[in-house]
Amino acid sequence: MKFLIVDDEKDVELLFRQKFRKELKSGKITFEFAFSGNEALEYLRSRQPPEVMYIFSDINMPGMTGLELLDKVRNEFPQIQVSMISAYGDTENYDRAINSGAKGFFVKPIDFESLKEELDKIVGY
Amino acid sequence: MKYIFFIFFAIVLLRSDSFSQVHQLPPVYEIRSDTSAVQVVDSSFWQLLEDTDGKWSFERLREENMRQAIMNERLARENELEKIELIEKQKKELEAQVAERTNDLRRSLEDLKSTQAQLIQSEKMASLGELTAGIAHEIQNPLNFVNNFSEVNKELLSEMKDEMDKGNIDDAKEIANDVIANEEKINHHGKRADAIVKGMLQHNRSNNGVKEPTDINSLADEYLRLAYHGLRAKDKSFNATLDTDYDETIGNINIVPQDIGRVILNLITNAFYAVDEKKKASLEKSSLQNLTSQYEPTILVSTKKIGNKVEIKVADNGNGIHQKVLDKIFQPFFTTKPSGQGTGLGLSLSYDIVKAHGGKLKVETIEGEGTEFIFLLPI
Repeated sequence: MKFLIVDDEKDVELLFRQKFRKELKSGKITFEFAFSGNEALEYLRSRQPPEVMYIFSDINMPGMTGLELLDKVRNEFPQIQVSMISAYGDTENYDRAINSGAKGFFVKPIDFESLKEELDKIVGY
Repeated sequence: MKYIFFIFFAIVLLRSDSFSQVHQLPPVYEIRSDTSAVQVVDSSFWQLLEDTDGKWSFERLREENMRQAIMNERLARENELEKIELIEKQKKELEAQVAERTNDLRRSLEDLKSTQAQLIQSEKMASLGELTAGIAHEIQNPLNFVNNFSEVNKELLSEMKDEMDKGNIDDAKEIANDVIANEEKINHHGKRADAIVKGMLQHNRSNNGVKEPTDINSLADEYLRLAYHGLRAKDKSFNATLDTDYDETIGNINIVPQDIGRVILNLITNAFYAVDEKKKASLEKSSLQNLTSQYEPTILVSTKKIGNKVEIKVADNGNGIHQKVLDKIFQPFFTTKPSGQGTGLGLSLSYDIVKAHGGKLKVETIEGEGTEFIFLLPI
C-alpha cells in the first residue's frame, strides 16, 4: 500500500524511512515523498489510476498549504484519504481540516506510535 | 616782607590746624566712600581761602589747578573703571545666559538622541515581535528532528546489539552507519536551532555589530523562513510562494550579519505585506464577479555575484509603489500602512545599514505589477 508524505522539511523522508523501516522492509507499505503541495498534485496526476491510497500532509508549507492540498485532493481524487500533520494543534486548523474531509489530524512532534496504529488500521492488520 | 612771611606762617598753622577738624567741615565736593586725604585737604583748603578772605598767590593757583586736573583725571579714570566694571558684569551675565542656553540645547540634544535610540529599539522590538511566532516554529521543527532521530537511534542501537548477538556483523555495521547518519542529522538540526536563537539575540542587540564573514545565502534563507512562518502563525489566511535563487559562488562576505539580516527581514516583510494586500483586493474583486482568484502571491529572494559586489534582491508581484510616494519611502516615519501598523522606520533603517556597509539600496517598481528592492554590497 502506497502512502504519500507531503512536508517542506526534507529530512522528514529519512525520518519516516527509518521509523517505518520494518514495515517498509516487509513490503507491507511503500512511501512516496513530496516537498510541496504542487509537487504532491503533480505526482498524483502523473499516475493514473492513482497508486497512492493515503496522504499525510503538513499544513504549514510555503505556496500551497496542506489545507489547500486537502481541498484539491478531495475534489480531484475523492478515493484518496488525507490526514493532516501540523505544528499548530489549534482548534482552528483542526476544525478546518476535519470539515474539509480530513481523515485524521496529527500534531507535531509526531507521536509515531499513534501514527503506526493508524497505518496498521489502514493496511488492515 | 616780614608781613608776608607772617601771613604765610599763619596759613601754615591754620592749615595744620584744619587737619584736626576735617570731619566737621562741610564737604565742598561730594565725598566718595574712598575719599582720600588729598581730597579732604582740598575741601578744607577751599574753606581756608574763604576764611582768610583770600590773598591769591600765583603759586597757590597753580597748585590748585594741578589738584583740579588730578581730580578730573581721577574722576575720569574712575568713570572708566566703572564702565569697564559694568561691561565686565554684562559680559558675565551674557556668558551665564549663553551657558544656560547651551545646557538647555545639550539637554534637548541628549533627549533627542535617547528618543531616537528608543525608536530604533522599538522598531527592532516590533520586528522581533513579528519574528517570535516564526522563531517558535523554526525552533520547534529542528527540535522535533533532534528528538525523533535520537529516538530512532535508540531503537537502532538495540537492534544492532541483537544483530551482534546473532553474529550478523554486516547487518550490525549497516545499522551503525544509519546511526552515524542520524547523529549527523541531530547535529545539523541542533545547530539550526542554535543559529536561530543566536540570530534572535543578535537581532535585538544595539548597533555595535562587528563585521564577520557571513554566508549571505543562508542568512537570507533563514530570515525568509522566519518571516514567512512568523506571518503565517499570526495570520493563517496568509500564504505566498517563496522562490529563491541563490548564487552559490558568492562564498562568505564581510558584513554585520544581524544588521544585514534586519534589512533582508524588513524587505521580505514589506514584500509579504504587498502581496497580501493585492490578494485581499483581488479576492474581493473575484467574489464580486463570482470568479476564483487567479492571483498567486509570489516572493523571490535572490543573490548574485557581480564583479566585486554582491547583489541581493527581494522581489514581489504585489501592487507596486505609487509614483507619488516613491521618493518618500526611505524617509523616517513615512509609512503607507494604517496607523499603528508600521513605525515608518523599516526602510529608513535599512537604507542607513546598507549605506554603512558601503552599499546602495534602490527600488524598482511598476504599479500594479510588483516591486523589487535591490542592494549591492562590496565584497
